[in-house]
Amino acid sequence: MNAALLVILFFLVLCTWLGVRARKGKVMSLEQWAVGGRGFGSVLIFFLIAGEMFTTYTFLGASGGAYSSGIPTALYAFNCFYFVIAYWLLPPIWKYAKANNVISQSDFYTKKYNSSALGVLVAVISVISIIPYLVMQLKGLGIIVSETSYGSISPNVAIVVGVIAITIYVTASGMHGAAWTAVMKDIMILAVVVFMGIYFPLHYYGGLQPMFEAIDTAKQGFLIFPEQGLSISWFISATIMTALAFYMFPHMLAGVFSAKSPKSLRWNAGIMPIYQVIIIFSLFIGFSAILQVPNLKGPDVDLALFKMAKMSFDPWFVGVIGAAGAMAALIPSSLVLTAMATILSKNVYKVWKPNTSDDQLAKLSRMLVPVIALVTLYFTFNGGNSIFTLYLMAYSFMAQLFPALFFSLWKKNPVTVQGAFAGMIVGILLVIYSTTSDTTLATLFPSLPHVIKDLDVGLSVLLINIAVTLGVSAASRKPAIEMEEGDSQVS
Amino acid sequence: MKKVVYVLSVVPAIGSLVVINRVEPYVLGMPFVLFWAILWVCLTSMFLIITNKIDPENRGGEE
Repeated sequence: MNAALLVILFFLVLCTWLGVRARKGKVMSLEQWAVGGRGFGSVLIFFLIAGEMFTTYTFLGASGGAYSSGIPTALYAFNCFYFVIAYWLLPPIWKYAKANNVISQSDFYTKKYNSSALGVLVAVISVISIIPYLVMQLKGLGIIVSETSYGSISPNVAIVVGVIAITIYVTASGMHGAAWTAVMKDIMILAVVVFMGIYFPLHYYGGLQPMFEAIDTAKQGFLIFPEQGLSISWFISATIMTALAFYMFPHMLAGVFSAKSPKSLRWNAGIMPIYQVIIIFSLFIGFSAILQVPNLKGPDVDLALFKMAKMSFDPWFVGVIGAAGAMAALIPSSLVLTAMATILSKNVYKVWKPNTSDDQLAKLSRMLVPVIALVTLYFTFNGGNSIFTLYLMAYSFMAQLFPALFFSLWKKNPVTVQGAFAGMIVGILLVIYSTTSDTTLATLFPSLPHVIKDLDVGLSVLLINIAVTLGVSAASRKPAIEMEEGDSQVS
Repeated sequence: MKKVVYVLSVVPAIGSLVVINRVEPYVLGMPFVLFWAILWVCLTSMFLIITNKIDPENRGGEE
């Protein structure tokens, strides 16, 4: 038992205690458990949604990305395009959800299109996308804890202990637990990342500019976008794709539903970019590692941050970094668990057994938490490469849900249930095909200029999806079936 | 008013996608391409906060 491990354990216990305590004074109805009774004000929503962006990615991925591929991934890491989308997209979604008692992402589709089958399809697509996301968070957790405890605990033990902790407080407090622990986590990450991001460049290079100049001399072209590959057109298309997919994730929409009013969502869209700036410090850490710990290869690039930390600080502080990293993995996972349990009970089980009461659903959702946790653990230890492939597809999958949602917010929805089904299914199949066969625009049309070849595949699939959605809708609309009921609340 | 609101929110959407692909000059110690991106993160925030302030949707008894 070393100092680092003690610090990590302390924070894990604190986090579980906070999470369980968050339910105090609340009767855990389904609405309370799943979306915090729609009572979260601006500040809590801020931590909840911002917390979702501060994951293991901020910690390991952003610094690792800057370390291995320089500017292109660095700029991609703090794309703030999605806040503009959030400003316009989220308030109407919230209003409809409030008026129609929507508590999960699949619910939204079920009610908008008056089709529980569509809700089931959305739920299935989401679960398939999100299990790999959870698995990657857990793998990140294992690496973080075993690295920062100087190997005194194995990744697998760390993962199991972490999962037990979140299962306890998610089952007890649901969304409330996720929100309150997110507050603690964000403060910790903020402190740790900002500190290291300033300290490393100063300590090892004597400042930011000397650091970048040294990198520029050592690695020509590392600090600009290349002509091809991760080029500017890749950056723009990937940014748009990510922004569209971002809010489709069930846990993101659950976060949106838990807001008290659309005002807090708009306010958040404005404040969030400032928060995003913090990722820059994570990038500085990655950049500073380039010349200090060179030659990290493959998955090891994500360890750049820890290599730097261990050679610079005392064990107890490495423990604090480890604790912040562990929170970064666990707390977003708790939000994901809550949202996933909700869609499985409300949008899959209830379709199968329609006369289940809300109280029973609340119980069922909470019982599902340990089950999902176990399934995730199974895939974490046995998933292998297929999980990673699924993870790569997750964003492209979620983007396929965008057209049906977007058009349903129009005054007159041009999309029919059939259109929504067709678009999603075609989109999903194309994503699977292009990912598994490594098809990109470059392999399909080798003669096109790089500006087009480098475009993100997910975005082109999305365009096909939109065309299919609208085409099938136009064809299936002929009998003039109006499905406007319940739609009129949103203008 | 609604038009102003739309324009105000479109500016950062475009701005944050524009890339100025050069290292020199260094600003605040950062390569220009990086500085430019951060500048737009801050500007996006500013634009959206202003939009938020004058957006007529935000007035009235929404809460």
